[in-house]
Parts: sequence; C-alpha cells; structure tokens
Amino acid sequence: MDLVFVIIVEMLYAVASLVLISAGLAIVFGMMKIINLAHGEFMMMGGYVTITAVTLGANVFVAMLIIAPVVVGLIGLVVERLVIRHLYGRLVDTMLATWGLSLFFIGLATMIFGNTTTGISTPISGFTVGNYQVNGYNFFIILIAIVLLGLMYAVLKGTRLGLIARGAMQLPDMAAALGYSPERIYMATFFCGSALSGLAGAILAPLVGLVPTSGGAYIAKAFITVIAGGPSLITGLMASSGLFGFISQIFTFAVSPVMGEVALLVAAVVLLRLLPQGVTGKFFRGRL
Amino acid sequence: MASFWAKEVPATIIVAALLIWIMPMMIGTYTLTVLLIYGMLGFSLGLIWGFGGILCFGQAAFFGLGAYTYAIAAINIGDSTIPMLLAVLVPAAFAALLGAMMFYGRLTDVYLGVITLVVTLILFKFISSTAGPEYVIGKARLGGFNGIPGFQTLNVPGRPNDYIYGDPYFYFCAVLLLIVYLLVSWLLKSSFGRVAVGIRENEVRVALMGYDVSARKTVLFAIGAAIAGLAGGLFANWGEIVTPNLFSLGQSAEIIIWCIVGGLGTRIGPIVGAAGLAYLKFLLGQQSMIDNTLLTGIILVLFVLFLPKGLVPAIASLWRISFGQRRQLPRHGARRIRSGGARHG
Repeated sequence: MDLVFVIIVEMLYAVASLVLISAGLAIVFGMMKIINLAHGEFMMMGGYVTITAVTLGANVFVAMLIIAPVVVGLIGLVVERLVIRHLYGRLVDTMLATWGLSLFFIGLATMIFGNTTTGISTPISGFTVGNYQVNGYNFFIILIAIVLLGLMYAVLKGTRLGLIARGAMQLPDMAAALGYSPERIYMATFFCGSALSGLAGAILAPLVGLVPTSGGAYIAKAFITVIAGGPSLITGLMASSGLFGFISQIFTFAVSPVMGEVALLVAAVVLLRLLPQGVTGKFFRGRL
Repeated sequence: MASFWAKEVPATIIVAALLIWIMPMMIGTYTLTVLLIYGMLGFSLGLIWGFGGILCFGQAAFFGLGAYTYAIAAINIGDSTIPMLLAVLVPAAFAALLGAMMFYGRLTDVYLGVITLVVTLILFKFISSTAGPEYVIGKARLGGFNGIPGFQTLNVPGRPNDYIYGDPYFYFCAVLLLIVYLLVSWLLKSSFGRVAVGIRENEVRVALMGYDVSARKTVLFAIGAAIAGLAGGLFANWGEIVTPNLFSLGQSAEIIIWCIVGGLGTRIGPIVGAAGLAYLKFLLGQQSMIDNTLLTGIILVLFVLFLPKGLVPAIASLWRISFGQRRQLPRHGARRIRSGGARHG
C-alpha cells in the first residue's frame, strides 16, 4: 500500500516537472510559433539567479517565485528586442538563432560562475511513509504545476488581455486593424514565456546540481513535450506531459532511470510517427 | 553533363591538388586531417539539408555510429578494411530505416527536427550507460562514458601491421574527401540530384509530377548518413578513441553551424565552414580569456541575422558583381555555386 502511494506521488511528480519544464516553451511556441532552443538556458539562468539571490540573503521562496522569473523575463525581453523580432515567421531561422543564443548563454555562465557544480538544499524536508522516504519538495512542485496550469487557463480564457493575445496570434493583421500592436503583444508573450522558463529553472534548482550546461538536459524534453502536445496550448501540454511522465516512470520503476529516459524518447518518436500533428492535432481539437 | 566531365572535374582536381600541396606548409597535417574530416561531416549535412531540404538535427548520430562501428569491428576483425566499409554501411542502413519511417509518415520540418534530435539523444544516453561488463559486442566492450580505446587503426589492406598514420593518413583523407566531393557533384548533376532540388523547392509539385518523393528523400538521407559515417570512421582513426561525446547535442549543433556559416545550397560552403570554424575553435582553444562556446554562439546568431545565406554565396555574388560578366543566371542557379566556388575555396 505504501509502495502504491509512493509510486503515485512519483508519477505525479514526473508529470508536474514535465509541465513546469515545458510551460515556457509551450507559450512561446503555441502562441508565436517560435521554437526557443535557448529555453534550457533560460531555465539554467533561473537556477543561477535563485542561488545567487539566496546566497545574498534573500528568502528562498521569494527568490524562486519572484526574483528569478522577473530577472529571466527581462533577459528574455532583451533577447526578443535584439534577435527574435527580426525573425518572426521564419521558423528554422529562429531555431538556429536561439540555438546560437543558448551557446552564448552557456559560455557566459561558464565565464561568470565557472565550470563547477553549485546548488542549494531543498527548503522543504522529506518524511517517511511506511518504509519509504518521500521528498516533501515533490508536493511543492506538483502544487506549483497545478497552480500554473490554472493560472494560464484563467488568464488566456478569462481576461481581456488573454483574449487580445489569442486574437493577435490567430490573425495579427486583424488585431492591428483593431488598434492592438502585434509587436507589443509578441513582446509581452515572449516576456511571459521567458519568465515561466526562469520560474521552472528556479524551482528545479534545489533538486539538481547546477552547471552552465544544465539547460541541455531540459531542452530536449521540453521540445518533445511541446511538439507532441500539438496546437492546443494547455490541453496539449497536459496530455503529452501526462503520457510521457507516466511512461518514463513505469520504465524507471521496472528497469532503471536510464531506461525511463530512453522509453520517454522512444514513446515520443512513436507518437509523432502516428500523430504527426501532435496529440491535440487529432483529439480535443479546438480546445485551448 | 559534358561540361561537367570536361571542365569541372579537371578543375576541381587541380584546385584540390594545389590545396593538398600548399596547406601542409601552413598548418600541421595532424590538425589538417581533422579539419578535412569535419569538412566531410559538414559536407554530408550540406548535401541533405542544402540540396534535399531535410534539416537533420542528428547528423552527429551517424557520425558517432560510424566511429563506433569502426571501433567495434576493428577490435573484432583486426584488419581495418572491412571495418571502414562497415562504418559507411551501418549508418547508411540505419538512416534508411529511420528515413523510411519519417518520410513515409510525411513528417516535415519541426517534426523531422524533433525525431532526429531524439534519436541522437537515445543513442547518447544508451551508449553512455554501457559502462558495465555485460555490454560487449564480440570482443569489444562498449565502455560507457569512457568510450572504446585501443582498436586497430587504419592499415594497408591485408597487412595489419602496416599502419597508415601521420602524413600518409592526411593524404588518404584528402583524396577520400575529393572522391566524395566528385561523386556528390556527379549525383547532383544527375536526374536524381535535380529531382532532389525540385523536392526542396516544391515537394507537392514534384509529387504530382509522378516522382516518389518519400523514396527519394529516404535515399538521399541514407547517402548523407553514409558520408557522415565515413567521416566518423576516419575520425575514430584520427583520435584513436571513440567516446559518447560524438553523439552529443553540441556536436550536432556544430555541424548545423558549419553549414549556415559556409553557405547552404553550395557544395564547397559546408566544407569551408566546417574546416574554417574548427580551425578557429582550435586557435581560440589556445587562449582562455573568452569562452569558446560563447563565441560560437555569437557567430551563429550574427550569421542568422545578417548573412543567412552564408559566406560562400556572399563571396561568390560579390565576385560576380565585381569581376564577372553580366549574365542572367536562372533564379535557382544563383544560389548554387558552380566552378567559381572552388576558386574561392
């Protein structure tokens, strides 16, 4: 019974961390049709910002939930102004340019922080269930993922801002004719996407030893999850995170963590072969 | 076709011979060899991306597969001839399977990118986790993250003790690259190559004309993988060790950067881009003031923003504006480098 509980928690945690990792990329890709391959580095920077803020004396939760997203969002804003805005509508070029940016940020982080592992301890202690030790921080991550999805849905569906954003994504010319500048909306969207990446990086930072190349571990997973999710932003994110998290945890428990990762990747290849437009290209069409 | 045999082939051979003669006077042959190998690797992606329109994020997978195939086969066989052939054939067969799966499923751009990226990651993760003694192929232990050292390097066919290394190995690689270059040039001049360019420009139209687009893309993809595998086999010989880093994302990224910087849709561009950037990296590696990765990133961003066509087409058009006679080139011909590219290379 205890084992079942532990497995369920681990599974929810795997799904939640996939949601967190992919949310920023999903916003940027889903709304602007831009693949940000520097997404992993935004997460890495979120982690470094958190660690720096904590060592400077800030509260851990303030650093993770406020400082890191704002700082990384601002970095994203600069990137959008300098690079991305010249490349709208050129999917492959944006991929290449952001890949270049990711290398740039890795190099920058290496020069500033050095090629060593840094980290902070998890702010929430673990507890035991029967014979098993459960990491209390996992619940925090699950909670954050749920809040995040709810918030995204509420903003996009419930507020006027979300309506304008969705409209501009569908028909930029029409939005411009109605007096909303698509350029500003793209800018704001990219800021939000980067901020979410920073948040994810910050929240996951206590769990991993941070090195400048940490981003590489996230980008592939995020990329796969978002593409496999398909055109619907939130539904797609939930569907593909759920599926991949489930599959990878099953193989992790049954065989080994490495096989769990490999199973996730194989599942992605099979899924894309069967549903080339992603999960929501076929099912749940028209949902947000 | 006639002018190809009468003009381009002799011209290419003469330029290549001159370069092979002059270059060792400026750069050591040990460094030059690896530049040539990277050139071949860049060339393989330049072929399928620049002429077939297939953006493969995992060209490093075929490179690494070639290198590992060579190393494993060389340990088991002991003579280098068959391993070298296998290093070409295994990646080609693997790419044909992968390509058939993707192209018959009508996957394009981003989705193609994801799958090739994922396959590279799977190989990287798998090979990295094979440290245990149970992972053995024949006599070769896969060795996990440490890779496979100590295999038989290139020897004269049939005489396992006559190794080819140092200067002769450089000439061997140079001649191989020249042969590959000429073969690919011939392929692109043939109807297969012309249809491939047609597919790049407008896939639907070519399909409606009755060509089997999926089959042709698969074959082109496999040819690209064969060249990358050959480069991998040569690299294994040069480095005398193979490690999982050959499969890494960084390696794939570099190949794409070489093609962008050198110039897509040209044959000489990716080779020049690869050799040039690899040499730049080698020079930068000798100083520690600015991080190497940072500069690579800046170069890529700047090229995508300001010179998206790459160096070779830019220089070629500059050359045409300055010195060439004013002649009307066909629209797609303008993106292609003819014998003019070899002059600048």
